[in-house]
Amino acid sequence: MGAITLFHYLTVAAILFTLGAVGIFLNRKNVITILMCVELMLLAVNINLVAFSTHNGDLTGQIFAMLILTVAAAEAAIGLAILVVYFRNRGSIAVEDINMMKG
Amino acid sequence: MITSLFFYLFAAMTVASGLMVITARNPVHAVLFLIFSFFNAAGLFILMGAEFLAMLLVVVYVGAVAVLFLFVVMMLDINFDDMREGFRRHLPLGLIIGFILMVELVLIFAVPETSVGVADSFSSRSNTAQIGDVLYTDYIFLFQLAGIILLVAMIGAITLTMRHREGVKRQSIALQNARRRDETVEIVSVESHVAPQEIAAEVNADQKVLR
Repeated sequence: MGAITLFHYLTVAAILFTLGAVGIFLNRKNVITILMCVELMLLAVNINLVAFSTHNGDLTGQIFAMLILTVAAAEAAIGLAILVVYFRNRGSIAVEDINMMKG
Repeated sequence: MITSLFFYLFAAMTVASGLMVITARNPVHAVLFLIFSFFNAAGLFILMGAEFLAMLLVVVYVGAVAVLFLFVVMMLDINFDDMREGFRRHLPLGLIIGFILMVELVLIFAVPETSVGVADSFSSRSNTAQIGDVLYTDYIFLFQLAGIILLVAMIGAITLTMRHREGVKRQSIALQNARRRDETVEIVSVESHVAPQEIAAEVNADQKVLR
């Protein structure tokens, strides 16, 4: 067990990001789980930013991680609000039912 | 030595709970594993010397976002078993995509082997004080942008979920303020069918009864 390097942190972040991406593929029907997977991916990005910030001795990465945290919180709030409205109108949150706009 | 031990502990817990998030059968469990994952990521942040962000992660995610998720998961009455179908069918494709993504990511950063100096370069002041130094000066526009994003998200969420139901009495302040006296108050002269003397007699009778 040697010293912990930047590589270790980046590996953890990469694994988390991949888990988030795979989770979107696996839970294609469940919007709530998809939102949670997006949160996981954003967490991986944050770990990357903080790791590089510490590695370079530059605080900009941490400031940016804060901004990403804000955006993630806003995204979760808006996403869940849309979900609640959608459930109220259709009585289901299945992804394949979302076809009213014929996109 | 103890640092690397804690790193492996936090990293393993983060990855394991992340795995449970995407495979959990019950979405409530998935949310709880997400909270656990964020806790361990906060531990990783502390190991990297970013204490302020670690606390922010705990406060914002565990305190707000995760509770929001739990609230929505429990409020919506959904049969989540139906949502599970297709899990097996999508598994091979998901694993292939994940493998490719993982290989690409590792190939990108598998070049340098430099140590993460934990808070060596900025030693004298604490991490929070340093973030405070730059956040309100160099990054003031970024800070205010974050505030505007939160404001827009808040107003958006409120307008999305607010609904006006029929038959519910609501206060309309504009209508109340638009009312004027001559529209609502009316002086009516009522004709009296009883002569004044009879009224006086009745009053006297009542007073006798009271005595």
